[in-house]
Amino acid sequence: MSTPIEGPTPFAPQTSPPVPIRAPSPNWSGYLGEGYTLRSWLTTHDHKRIAVLYMVAITVFFFVGGAAATMMRLELATPAGDLVSAETYNKLFTIHGVVMVWFFLIPSIPSVLGNFLVPLMIGAKDMAFPRLNLASWYIYVLGGLFTAWALIEGGVDTGWTFYTPYSTKFSDTNVVLVILGVFIVGFSSILTGLNIIVTTHKLRAPGLTWFRLPLFIWANYATSIILLLATPVLAMTLTLVALERMFGIGVFDPALGGDPLLFQHLFWFYSHPAVYIMILPAMGVASEIIPCFARRTVFGYRFMCYAILGIASIGFLVWGHHMFVSGQSMYAGIVFSMLSFLVAIPSAIKVFNWTATLYKGSILFTAPMLYALGFVGLFTIGGMTGLFLASLALDVTLTDTYFVIAHFHYIMVGGSVMAYLGAIHFWWPKISGRMYPEMLARIAALTIFFGFNMTFFPQYLLGWLGMPRRYHEYPPEFQLLNVFSSTGAAVLAVGYLLPLFYLGWSLFYGRRAPANPWGATGLEWQTDSPPPKHNFEAEPVVTRGPYEYDPVR
Amino acid sequence: MSGNVPWLPIAASDIAGRVDTLFYFMVVLTGTVAIAIFVVMIVFAVRYRAGSSADRSNPPPRKRWLELGWIFTPLAIFLGIFVWAAMVYAGFYGGAAGATTVFVVGKQWMWKVEHTNGRREINELHVALGEPVRLVLSTEDVIHSFYVPAFRIKQDAVPGRYTSIRFTPTREGEYWLHCAEYCGTDHARMGGKVVVMAPAAFARWLESGNPAQSLAAQGFELFRRKGCSGCHVNSTVHAPDLAGIFGRTIHLSDGRTLLADEAYLRDSILLPKRDVVAGYEPIMPSFQGQLSEGELNALITYLKENK
Amino acid sequence: MSTIQFDNPLERRAAASLGMWAFLATEVMFFGPLFMGYVHGRIAQHAAFAEGSHHMHIVLGTLNTAILLTSSFTMALAVHASQQGRSSFRTWLGLTALLGLAFLGIKGSEYWMEAGEVSKASGPVLKFYFLYFAMTGLHAVHLSIGVVLVGWLWRGAKLYGRDYYSPIEVAGLYWHFVDIVWVFLYPMFYLIERYAK
Repeated sequence: MSTPIEGPTPFAPQTSPPVPIRAPSPNWSGYLGEGYTLRSWLTTHDHKRIAVLYMVAITVFFFVGGAAATMMRLELATPAGDLVSAETYNKLFTIHGVVMVWFFLIPSIPSVLGNFLVPLMIGAKDMAFPRLNLASWYIYVLGGLFTAWALIEGGVDTGWTFYTPYSTKFSDTNVVLVILGVFIVGFSSILTGLNIIVTTHKLRAPGLTWFRLPLFIWANYATSIILLLATPVLAMTLTLVALERMFGIGVFDPALGGDPLLFQHLFWFYSHPAVYIMILPAMGVASEIIPCFARRTVFGYRFMCYAILGIASIGFLVWGHHMFVSGQSMYAGIVFSMLSFLVAIPSAIKVFNWTATLYKGSILFTAPMLYALGFVGLFTIGGMTGLFLASLALDVTLTDTYFVIAHFHYIMVGGSVMAYLGAIHFWWPKISGRMYPEMLARIAALTIFFGFNMTFFPQYLLGWLGMPRRYHEYPPEFQLLNVFSSTGAAVLAVGYLLPLFYLGWSLFYGRRAPANPWGATGLEWQTDSPPPKHNFEAEPVVTRGPYEYDPVR
Repeated sequence: MSGNVPWLPIAASDIAGRVDTLFYFMVVLTGTVAIAIFVVMIVFAVRYRAGSSADRSNPPPRKRWLELGWIFTPLAIFLGIFVWAAMVYAGFYGGAAGATTVFVVGKQWMWKVEHTNGRREINELHVALGEPVRLVLSTEDVIHSFYVPAFRIKQDAVPGRYTSIRFTPTREGEYWLHCAEYCGTDHARMGGKVVVMAPAAFARWLESGNPAQSLAAQGFELFRRKGCSGCHVNSTVHAPDLAGIFGRTIHLSDGRTLLADEAYLRDSILLPKRDVVAGYEPIMPSFQGQLSEGELNALITYLKENK
Repeated sequence: MSTIQFDNPLERRAAASLGMWAFLATEVMFFGPLFMGYVHGRIAQHAAFAEGSHHMHIVLGTLNTAILLTSSFTMALAVHASQQGRSSFRTWLGLTALLGLAFLGIKGSEYWMEAGEVSKASGPVLKFYFLYFAMTGLHAVHLSIGVVLVGWLWRGAKLYGRDYYSPIEVAGLYWHFVDIVWVFLYPMFYLIERYAK
């Protein structure tokens, strides 16, 4: 099969000679060989090294959040609250939510792969503000330390949603500490977003016009705008909760004429767009992997761009659909319901276009492709069930039940985490300079896919049958489905541990990766694996659109 | 609980039937579309696997009519579902006339129910088969949510305000009652059952337990004891007469008009300076913190019945 | 400082400017929930909020408004002078920082006087004070950062001139933003309903 790089392109020579060794060590080359001390990593301004720092940090938090989930699923294997106490269970789901949302999902693709790939994909030498980039990692770590401190002090039991007045007046756990952690980590996201926006605007290679940008860049750009505009609202809202908790005066307390619903409006004004912070970059990843292994240009590129922008903008207007039974006015509910149906349209376009991209392709079922196809399937189910929740009358019975849990895990875990893992595999040769073991990776992808469905599909049924969320005890008739779910969680846990081991193994024993092992078209594949410190030997010049894979005969 | 079928939830209210029709319609619709997408994906995946001999000439990079088609077809279907769901939802709130009002107060971690004749119960709600009920919810501490899966109803109880929901039970039996909004340590244990009884049995149940006083009578006592009557009945103080106030249209001093419903009466007692009636001075003191939720419910029931 | 990612100084300057604009967009949203809290209170407890505005020290507030607007003017002159390559920008920067300090001093004395009144307030008036302290306090924090920033530029003035003035320009954007926030806070707390009835 011919790779597209053999066309008349102006890029630097594309053949994959033995990777040039720049480092004194025989093992590491490119940016990885620029220094081996801890200090060289902790003081780096190189976007690629910062991306690796992020990868390490969020992996730690992923397994912290995962451990909490494991405890919850063990508890839920029986109807009685026998493994952990109610207090402990409440702290477990709170910490699971806080850690997974703010310390794993939100920074996952933008901060790890966005950091690594944005300059490479647009032909830049680094991000626009390298020192700010490093600072944002330290801010992330600082936020993480505060959250860890709160955990050591005994945890927090408000749920990741911090609803008032429970969080302001009634909970006697470490609410302020956790809020401080989330507040700080928010600024890490904001600074990363700011960096991505300025980099995308100002540092594109000559000839790389907006409509020649890979969809991954579009997705991260749109995500960054949401990060910039939504995150500060959360930061201030949580600050108000903390102040009200500390001083007993605030804007959410009905005794002073305040309104707990004001908190919910402000919280969801951030937290609904936050869902798109998690899913848009995942869509960007799928849009890179699927054309590559289908050997086809992405179907309907322009509509894919518009869909990303559509999701990012309409996503700001649908927060009220979290509040259909909260006491907000019926008319507000009707408006938010309609807007929620509208935001589903661009997502539907994307699913159809990914499917159409397969048509007349030449499909290779590598591990990244399995993750990407799994992402499309699970995202489709998650999106379809989202329509149930957007329907007012159905939401009344389904909200705050396991139906909602299943829905957003299909989006965030089935969607975002699948895409994140697919991306890690797809760009692993570029990041590490090594190939991962393909067979093991495929087995892991399939294990995760089946484990995921086994865990979360029964939860749709539980929700429809009427099992409320955040219950550590439940009526006995729900046990069978819960046992299914817990068993699936065990399979899922194995699936998530596998890549940790074989990717770690491949760092030392994996086959050396050529510059472009997949025959992909992106600029990041036109430089060595791993790339040199400033990415390109010579600044690339772009003369064509993305995904121009040679037609297969 | 009585007669829960393993795979399908029982439907025991007028709302449940309408919700279920929509739900199962959605299951069939989205299921069909999802399966169609998966089948197409699998067919493409097999047919165009690398190395297969399938025809790959002229792959389209885009097809405008197709793309517009899969924008506007889903849009039309979505708007249809939206309208259907919104109409069913609006029905939850309308048609309150003729419904029996029952007050429900959430408190960590129990539901306190007050019938208008003064009969109280905790973590249980008894209702009569076929008689419309309107629940008026409030809470003494944090947000709770009154959730009866078999009725397909759920409504948050929010500090500082009344919320309400309406239903008509259509099937005798006992059904789970849960709290659906996380409210602290024993959230999972905050619940009990809803008992739907035949009307005659319900009437007997309501009269048993011998409540000392009806809610309205308790309210009248409070009306005197808390000093409301000092200003609002035959007084030199310039305060509006409250007889027959419920359901009236009220003209406020800033030109707005309001319907005097439970929420208005509640706000007038707790936040009297918020909505001042035209022609009166804002001299009434706030009763914030001086009345429990139960006392407020009694006082408002008295004002409703004081024609 | 490593600037290898930029092809030329112009690109670097444009990036710095865009970065600050993006940051200011974040800042606007950061103030957002406080403004929403204020709007909610102003509607739900308009009587208490009207009462609250009578407790404000209108003379000091107005004086501060004048000082801050003047400081924006001197800041604009500093940016302009640096673009023209005139060394007078240093004087304007110094003046800007001093005006900022004057504002903070007056604000502090206002807080000092108000501290006693707060202890007497109760109910929704307390909420008015809460928002007043939270919003003007957050503004004062921003202004303090601005003063430090401008003072720092003033100290290192040798570095800047016609060829490299983007730090001054970017600091100017920030300064004007902080000023504009005050332009909203002043009427919200001092003026609205103070003279009604």
